[in-house]
Amino acid sequence: MWQELRPALIITRREIRDQFRDWRIIIPIIILTLVFPSLMNFTAQQAVTFVEKYGADLIGDRLIPFLLMVVGFFPISVSLVIALESFVGEKERRTIEPLLSCPLKDWQLYFGKLIAVLVPPLIASYLGIIVYLIGVYRQVGWVPEVILIVQIVLLTTVQALVMVSGAVVISTQTTSVRAANLLASFIIIPVAFLIQGESVVMFWGRYHILWWAILGLTVIAGLLVRTGVSHFNREELLGRELDSINIRWTLGVFWNSFKGGATSLVSWYRDVVWKTLKRQTWPMLMVLIFLIAALFVGSSQAEVFQIPLDMFNLERLDSGVEFVDGFETFQLFNTTGILYVWFHNMRAMLLASLAGLFSFGVLGVIILMLPLTIVGFFMTAIAPLGVTPGDFLLGLIVPHGILEIPAIVVIGAAIVRIGASLAAPGKGKSVGETWILALADWAKIMIGVVVPLLLGAAVIEVLITPQVALRVFGG
Amino acid sequence: MIVTEGLSKKFNDFLAVDGVTINVEAGEVLALLGPNGAGKTTTVRMLTSVLAPSSGWAKVSGFDVVEQPEMVRGSVGVLTENHGLYQRMYAHEYLDFYGELYGLEKNERILRSTQLLEDFDLADTRSLRIGEYSKGMRQKLALARALLHNPPVLLLDEPTSAMDPESARLVRDSIHELRSAERSIIICTHNLAEAEELADRIAIIRRGKIIAKGSPTELKLDMLGPPEYEVNFGIDLNGQNPEFPDHVEIKETGNNWIRYWTGDPQKSNSEILRKLLDQEMPVVSLREVPRSLEQVYLQAVNAQNNEEGK
Repeated sequence: MWQELRPALIITRREIRDQFRDWRIIIPIIILTLVFPSLMNFTAQQAVTFVEKYGADLIGDRLIPFLLMVVGFFPISVSLVIALESFVGEKERRTIEPLLSCPLKDWQLYFGKLIAVLVPPLIASYLGIIVYLIGVYRQVGWVPEVILIVQIVLLTTVQALVMVSGAVVISTQTTSVRAANLLASFIIIPVAFLIQGESVVMFWGRYHILWWAILGLTVIAGLLVRTGVSHFNREELLGRELDSINIRWTLGVFWNSFKGGATSLVSWYRDVVWKTLKRQTWPMLMVLIFLIAALFVGSSQAEVFQIPLDMFNLERLDSGVEFVDGFETFQLFNTTGILYVWFHNMRAMLLASLAGLFSFGVLGVIILMLPLTIVGFFMTAIAPLGVTPGDFLLGLIVPHGILEIPAIVVIGAAIVRIGASLAAPGKGKSVGETWILALADWAKIMIGVVVPLLLGAAVIEVLITPQVALRVFGG
Repeated sequence: MIVTEGLSKKFNDFLAVDGVTINVEAGEVLALLGPNGAGKTTTVRMLTSVLAPSSGWAKVSGFDVVEQPEMVRGSVGVLTENHGLYQRMYAHEYLDFYGELYGLEKNERILRSTQLLEDFDLADTRSLRIGEYSKGMRQKLALARALLHNPPVLLLDEPTSAMDPESARLVRDSIHELRSAERSIIICTHNLAEAEELADRIAIIRRGKIIAKGSPTELKLDMLGPPEYEVNFGIDLNGQNPEFPDHVEIKETGNNWIRYWTGDPQKSNSEILRKLLDQEMPVVSLREVPRSLEQVYLQAVNAQNNEEGK
């Protein structure tokens, strides 16, 4: 193992040495390590003094850990800049070819660079945290719990890993540093949202949620590293000189895969859509398991968050009308109109697909799990009213769910496959080609299966589900 | 040591290398000649396992370029088209870094890099960063990097470009020495005189295809036909040409010289000389008319153009 890792570390050592000879890297790191934490100490002291005057000690209590997180995060932003130019910068400076000609495995080269861009900003980050903690102790006597320090250090580390691994993927796939910088927004924007979310958690004081953030980021970092290694291609690094979009080729690849040589609608369904669905067997099973899990998660939350049961008029349960209206309030089903329902569901599917595209399918599947979580929640929440889970499902979910749930499963599978194909592309296929083929598969399923299924489900939901519900609950 | 068979490389619809078949033995230098974009660099990149061939195969030092890429890269010393040096490093650090990547032990790295820096007149530049080097010095350092791990195969792309004549001579002498040390060497160059001086065999590549190959003598014979000879006299001829044997074809005459062609120079030249002396002609010299590789190159390219024109 050590022998295998050694070449990677040789590259790491050289890169780090090179970075420390570049004042453009050193100066920001020093500022972010020493000056910035001191500034945060000052901010913390001033803020605590200020809020104490008005008896709002809580704000001060929450601000200090929040600033700890900020102090840890700022130096790792430097890592993004270094990582973005790790490969493409060498390509632009034309130093990459001798390196590619060395007896190194792809992963050794990749990891050597990855570790090199990760280590200096992380050291700066840890130092910044130490400087801040010492300062804040001396100024306001604040000592954090050990578990909080562990959380912040882990969070900082996985955030750095996510940013760096994402940036290195970009760096291997672009042909100029400028292009890499432009594409960096794909990292910066999600990380900005993440930091905002973490800030809310820090001010909310629900630190245990940070563990979920750490876990989620670790998974994403793993997927990004996997993607980077599997898409690392010496040939593309050397061969491609221009980032050009070949629209004709793109459309050609997409159309060929979408049409799949079918000569009629029947043959398209029989030979193309069916085969695509067969390829999705495992992802479909996976999504199905997630949906069932969502049902249980929703059910478990019914004990935590209780809803006012008087929304469901028990007095008029015999007529069923108001009881069913109560569920409509929670949008468990909708009777506004067939097209409205269909559009609403389509919008959810598209949103899930879009979110899945940029998160290896993870966010897409989470969005698709939400309706089942809500179903699970109500299934348990209304049990005190004497409605059994069986009645609930039979009366409100099953009629249109017969079509809607399979639609969720197949589109979920297509989203998972897009994510999976990015992390582990087909041999000999470029990132672009992999994406286009996965998108073509998605389009086949969306147009060929999901659209008609959702249309059928909308018809049932508007016309039949309320009737079934009335019969089930009306007695 | 380097064997390829039908080696081809396609980038989308563009065929960069088209069925290249070469064989370079140990102790042999092959010069790849061709215009820019002919496919020389792509060929070299396939031989270093950096690019995968689209079809055909190649073995370097007995290793398959597709199946054993790390072994191939480990046995090859490459001087790339762009020297690819890290500007902020020092020469000894740079060589040490690559030496380590090639798996050399510390003592060996120090020994080899010191020796190479001395060989290439770079020993006195230890205090300079590579960014402060002249173009020629950078080229020499890149060559030192290629030789660092004592590879049995060398692939040198424009080894003397940007060098002053003295440095270029130093590098050419090194290549002669390396050939004597039984290495297989491929040189990609535009410098035809250099190719003629260094190469045992020459391959002319154009639009990805080898259009002519052989030793310089063979190529001249193939492309330009048998050599012409020129005999110089100590007197002006004033249009009074001496008598030549019947099988000799007079090509051109000057004031005091005559150029001729003969099918069997080894036999005919002594006969011609005897006959001229018998006629009491004051022969000053008899020599083969020099023919440059440039003529061969242009002839090969023109022939290919004509063929494609048809």
